[in-house]
Amino acid sequence: MAELTAVVGIGQTKYEAKRLDLSMPGLVRDAAEKALVDADCSWADIDAVILGKAPDLFEGVMMPELFLNEALGGAYKPMLRVHTAGSVGGSTAIVAASMVQSGVHDRVLCVAFEKQSESNAIWALTISAPFSLATVAGAGGYFAPLVRGYIRRSGAPEDTGIRVAVKDRENALRNPLAHLRLEDISFDLVANSPMLWDPIRYLETCPSSDGACALVLENESLASKRSNKLAWIHATEMRSEPTMFSGRDQVMPQATLDNAKNLYKKAGITKPREEIDCAEIYVPFSWFEPMWMEGMLITEPNQGWKMTYEGATALDGDFPVNMSGGVLSSNPIGASGLIRFAEAARQVRGIAGEHQVDGARKALGHAYGGGSQYFSTWIVDSAKP
Amino acid sequence: MRDVAVVGFEQSPCVRREQNRNEVEVLVPVLRALREQTGVAGADCDFICSGSSDYLAGQSFAFVSGLDAVGAWPPVSESHVEMDGAWALYEAWVKIQMGQAETALVYGFGKPSMGDLPMTMALQLDPYCVMPLWPDAISMAGLQARHCLDAGVLTEREMAAAAARDRRHAMQNSNAQLRWDRSVDEILAEPYLANPLRKSDCAPISDGASAILLAAGDRAREICERPAWIRGIEHICEPIDLGVRDLGRSRSTQIAAEKAGVGSGKIDVAELSAPFTHQEILVERALGLSLDSSSQTVVNPSGGALAGNPLMAVGLSRIGECASRIFSGEADRGVAHATSGPCLQQNLICVLEGE
Repeated sequence: MAELTAVVGIGQTKYEAKRLDLSMPGLVRDAAEKALVDADCSWADIDAVILGKAPDLFEGVMMPELFLNEALGGAYKPMLRVHTAGSVGGSTAIVAASMVQSGVHDRVLCVAFEKQSESNAIWALTISAPFSLATVAGAGGYFAPLVRGYIRRSGAPEDTGIRVAVKDRENALRNPLAHLRLEDISFDLVANSPMLWDPIRYLETCPSSDGACALVLENESLASKRSNKLAWIHATEMRSEPTMFSGRDQVMPQATLDNAKNLYKKAGITKPREEIDCAEIYVPFSWFEPMWMEGMLITEPNQGWKMTYEGATALDGDFPVNMSGGVLSSNPIGASGLIRFAEAARQVRGIAGEHQVDGARKALGHAYGGGSQYFSTWIVDSAKP
Repeated sequence: MRDVAVVGFEQSPCVRREQNRNEVEVLVPVLRALREQTGVAGADCDFICSGSSDYLAGQSFAFVSGLDAVGAWPPVSESHVEMDGAWALYEAWVKIQMGQAETALVYGFGKPSMGDLPMTMALQLDPYCVMPLWPDAISMAGLQARHCLDAGVLTEREMAAAAARDRRHAMQNSNAQLRWDRSVDEILAEPYLANPLRKSDCAPISDGASAILLAAGDRAREICERPAWIRGIEHICEPIDLGVRDLGRSRSTQIAAEKAGVGSGKIDVAELSAPFTHQEILVERALGLSLDSSSQTVVNPSGGALAGNPLMAVGLSRIGECASRIFSGEADRGVAHATSGPCLQQNLICVLEGE
């Protein structure tokens, strides 16, 4: 039987386009130290370090966990490096949690980062390798046709994506750590921003950010001694499917539907929209909010856009999404998934500051990656299951 | 802790260059053979975990195509480490311990031949202060070997003996890449490649893939006549900086070995992943294998990493080679080793036992 596990420490850097003040070791250590302070722990209290990040070509360092070992207090400790494409931040939290849930370790440090300013993500994503077709389009070029497919299927109004972008960017103004904080955000500002990959406009896309996020996870016997509010992990789930094959539904992949079903089953959730108080969802392009509202079975097929339109996903709506400003406002790629998981935990701990959802008890953290093919999610709750 | 065992192992032959096959094409026959061996299809496993490196493929997300080889449909519960497959096996073992899986497929693959491997490995080093000097992997290992010789930790003759032993063992292993029988004196007569390392002191550059099936408790007994039970599996990482480490021993191997309980019984077989002869000796010593001259331990019956070195699969293959000898009854208890990073920075130890 799996050990009950809690998030007892959360640390994040300030997200910016270029953190020229910090090296890679400095960046990860900043987030990790903040998580240790939050958890009231020292480096010596950590049993193992789990590090996640997106492709190594993003910084130009092969398996960078090896040189980051010391900065993360990992000398002579077990260290594991996770990489599952864009979902990696979420997967890293899940792998770290499994180290505690299995009883192998009592307390682990989980860190994810990206320092996009030290390389060029578009180059790293479009490099032409032997035996494979280069898309030379970056992530936006890959996902735009999927968004088109969704609009065609659902009949969603063309301005749905704009409304998501405005909402997330307004939320970011409440999050001092967010990278993009556009004081003059408005519907017209997004609508008039350049069209990058039709139907995705410039302000409907995520930025390239430097940043790191860290969690301290603990088993029940340690965490139960604490008097502050914790985020108890009720369920985790990961699902993957191949990138391309005949008949694959890339707009609404089976892996997301299976992931949602299994997650809710493990968490004992039967009516997700009613039982979950808020969610941090991986939305790198605005349209993925309505798409993943359906993909996570929060609403019926082709109805996701209505949640955006009706204001359900706003901070004061009945199902707030991306209270922190989401990936649209901060995107250190490898960390972006872990930030979703961490922000979900902050909500149920009641420490989300200006973007706190009143009375949030149960929250969903979500990440996806690859060609809409890797999904990782968790449910955290202020109470034990 | 739950009883978890290795119940199947397959590998591709280690070759200098897979000229006509990409990673998926190398992996497919390996996974097919594993299915035939165990009767369990990879995609039907409760959990799947793989190990690979984007830098070997020269492409981001190189592991994604592995899902094609698995045939991951309907969608699977799956994860990936940017590490040798031995660490993917560790993650899968943890998942089974959690009670979330009864079976797990683990695979590792790499095609280092697509680049200049010793130079590629320089990209693992501190990118601000060390990597710009482009110290290649053989030179880094050479520094360690020189330290070991100067400090009187070992001799060039001992290194040559390790080189000879492994390649001689490999003559019995059709999957090995370097298979020959040369005397220690012949090896010592070779010119230096990176003083004090000779070519024979270095592992070859190999392309390849391997895969293992794990299963828990009775499920393991159903699949395999004599499962190789994992009695201990531990891994430890040291700082990367050579200046803060004792290069004359492998402290992380020693810690992992103690935690995994290597010394709590006789070791019939040891499969080591050290890519240089002096490192193999350091690992042997850290495991306590060479302390007793009457030791019955057979070290590297497959030839080890020195006879075939498909990066990202080579450590996983050591676990598989060790397990195979338990399947066959040739050995009752064995230890497998995997390593990563310059000069034995990170090490994993797995103790396997038959019933």
